[in-house]
Amino acid sequence: MKSFALVARATPSRLFAWLSPVIAILLTLAAGAWLFALMGKDPVQGLRVFLLEPLSSVRALSELALKATPLILVGTGLAVCFRANIWNIGAEGQLIAGAIAGGGIALLATRESTRAFVPAILLASALGGAAWAAITAWLRDRFNANEILVSLMLVYVAQLLLAWLVQGPLKDPAGYGFPQSRLFEAAARMPLLIEGTRLNIGFVLALAAVGFIWALLARSVIGFQLRVSGLAPLAARYAGYSGRRVLWFSLLLSGAFAGLAGGLEAAGPIGQLSPTISPGYGFAAIIVAFVGRLHPVGIVLAAFVMALFYIGGELAQSRLGLPSALTGVYQGLLLFFLLACDTLVGHRLQWRSAARAD
Amino acid sequence: MTPRISLRGISKRYPSVVANDDVSLDVLPGEILAILGENGAGKSTLMKIIYGVARPDAGSIAIDGQTVEIESPAQARSLGIAMVFQHFALFDSLTVAENVALGLPPARLADVEARLAQRSRRYALEIDPGQRVHDLSVGERQRVEILRSLLGDPRLLILDEPTSVLTPQAVDRLFDTLRQLAADGVSIVFISHKLDEIRRLASRCIVMRTGRVVADVDPRAESEAGLARLMIGADPPAIAAHDTPPGEIALQVSSLSTRGAERRSWLHGVSFDVRRGEIVGIAGISGNGQAALMAVLGGEWLVDPDTVRIGGRAAGDLDPAQRRALGLRYVPEERLGHGAVPGLTLAENVLLTGDTLQSGGLIRLNQARELAAEVLQRFDVRARGPSARAESLSGGNLQKFIVGREIHAAPSVLVVDQPTWGVDVGAAARIRNELIALRAAGCAILVVSEELDELYELCDRLLVIAKGRMSPPVRPHDIAIDEIGRWMSGLWAPAAAPAAGAIA
Repeated sequence: MKSFALVARATPSRLFAWLSPVIAILLTLAAGAWLFALMGKDPVQGLRVFLLEPLSSVRALSELALKATPLILVGTGLAVCFRANIWNIGAEGQLIAGAIAGGGIALLATRESTRAFVPAILLASALGGAAWAAITAWLRDRFNANEILVSLMLVYVAQLLLAWLVQGPLKDPAGYGFPQSRLFEAAARMPLLIEGTRLNIGFVLALAAVGFIWALLARSVIGFQLRVSGLAPLAARYAGYSGRRVLWFSLLLSGAFAGLAGGLEAAGPIGQLSPTISPGYGFAAIIVAFVGRLHPVGIVLAAFVMALFYIGGELAQSRLGLPSALTGVYQGLLLFFLLACDTLVGHRLQWRSAARAD
Repeated sequence: MTPRISLRGISKRYPSVVANDDVSLDVLPGEILAILGENGAGKSTLMKIIYGVARPDAGSIAIDGQTVEIESPAQARSLGIAMVFQHFALFDSLTVAENVALGLPPARLADVEARLAQRSRRYALEIDPGQRVHDLSVGERQRVEILRSLLGDPRLLILDEPTSVLTPQAVDRLFDTLRQLAADGVSIVFISHKLDEIRRLASRCIVMRTGRVVADVDPRAESEAGLARLMIGADPPAIAAHDTPPGEIALQVSSLSTRGAERRSWLHGVSFDVRRGEIVGIAGISGNGQAALMAVLGGEWLVDPDTVRIGGRAAGDLDPAQRRALGLRYVPEERLGHGAVPGLTLAENVLLTGDTLQSGGLIRLNQARELAAEVLQRFDVRARGPSARAESLSGGNLQKFIVGREIHAAPSVLVVDQPTWGVDVGAAARIRNELIALRAAGCAILVVSEELDELYELCDRLLVIAKGRMSPPVRPHDIAIDEIGRWMSGLWAPAAAPAAGAIA
């Protein structure tokens, strides 16, 4: 009888460490095609609907960029945290908190208001997300609470807070009892980039944020301190870097980015506050950050792949009559294959006869 | 006589290096064979092959004339091969007998204790089988490891750098045990880079360099310098002489006490000083408070301001960057992950303590690259260049880089923890010479080392740390190594040496 063990490679290939996400995406597509076949659909047709239709027209591409926007924003913010070994799992909650704060400002706008509301909404969303993340930072700093658990649990608090607001204080009186706020006035909606599409200035902001984070990590002192803290915590102490500073900076920054994404969603394509402001962008962005190798440019590419899965899932539902849960399955497959590829880049399988094994 | 073990043409290649290249050697029954070599010479790989941890790419192994394939440590043990590793694998909260029983086929604990007692009497390896491991000293823990390996009645015992954690007295006892085992017919393979120990213990010495056996000599017929030359293939640089008198106090520690999470890391009323232009050494067995003292001096553990003074300034509560501004530089023991970030480039690692390499919240990578290049050149660090990753350097070269990085900043106080730990003879001599040159430039240097020879060679004054307490200072030529060994167990008479002030 044979068994196997994972043996660490002496020098993992750098090339394959970068290729790993590409291989994982290809494997996800292969597994996806097999999944289509299992459900009795033509795999080629399925993949065409899932992958090519979202790229077939300017309008379709604009939708793709629209979906990628929150993923890019949240993903780059999370990359900063993860680089510093701070495990913020609660970006979804920070996104919702940002949507509540931005949406609250947006609801103040009247028919006579000017475009000055747009920056106010953006600022409020970023502050809202940062404030939500600050709870996690404070609990970790003051009581050494585990940031994974705290940030994750705060997601549910944020979701319930939003649900309560739209069924109570912020409920649209003329909304036939639906749990949602009234629609925002035009002055409180994000300006569109291309008329006739839903793509708004959020996409440009997201790309600017990518450039900012890239420069921050590569050239700034705090970026260097973040990297050192993540790579070698003892070396960070040796150099005299403040662990608290790194903790607060990375959590506030990723919270602000997630909050901004939430505000852009509420005041962008949705145009009101409702309990389903995010189809799990905050969690999907964790996968985006890792598929993108925690590198700002990689995250842009990974966000587009993930956006493709969102839109492909919707199309698969409307065109092929498949459940839209397919999106979640694809996301899960991608994460699974990425982790598998990363493991095999760092380790190799060694077969050995079970009788001889220790 | 049939060799106990016979290696023929063993080769082992890793992706980037050839670890063993056509190695052949025989060990006779009852022979004590030393294997000498610099870091990376291939000693450990060869032992891993014998013990079944690694498989050779080519070559054959014969035990007592029988060709065998050793596929796992379990199989090696069944062939009568035992190995005592440098790092112990003992559970602190279990007793000695329980630890030993874990590695054996199920047996009654009383039987294990009886067998242990019998072996420990025979080889003078005194140990109480009922004692918990966390109460044992490092030397006693090693005895447990040796006893554990003896229960399998090995015919070949491999010891990997066994003396690095022992006091001189404990080394003597270990050697007595090993000689007795050899007299009973056990073959012993002893890996070391300590030349004097090899000359004392071994009747034969294999010298390895870059994966090959380059010499097979009787160490008793060789001088230490001769062995060193064989090992590094050249003469090690000579140590420069010292004749400048020390100046005013640059680093002062007074009545420093700490409470740590671990009992072993407490410090009790530690006081000493280091003057400009002198090297003070701290001897001691690791785990007696050195780590806590280094954390306090380097600024990783903040204490009452007045207990640490740098150039007269109260500094106990200053962070590492503030201490660097006062001229104190610190080289930690652990190179990878503490003194340097493995995954970052050398230029980025210069930034770690390069406070002048940032302005306006931005890092100045170009200057960092230039500075790294200067350090590489000045301290003869073999690396691809400033953009090489720290993890790509060998241990000795990385140590030269880290020590060099801190010396290059022209410190007024330098604290160095284990300056030549795991570093080959050539690099070690280079580092010691740099420390001596720095002393001549008026720097106050504090060296913590487990190697007494090194401290005797370098230091103007010696301190001994034991169980968190610091001995009075003493001049190395006023005290015999044996006496220092006693001090390392905490046995110094309070009045045995003059106070710090009187000596300077």
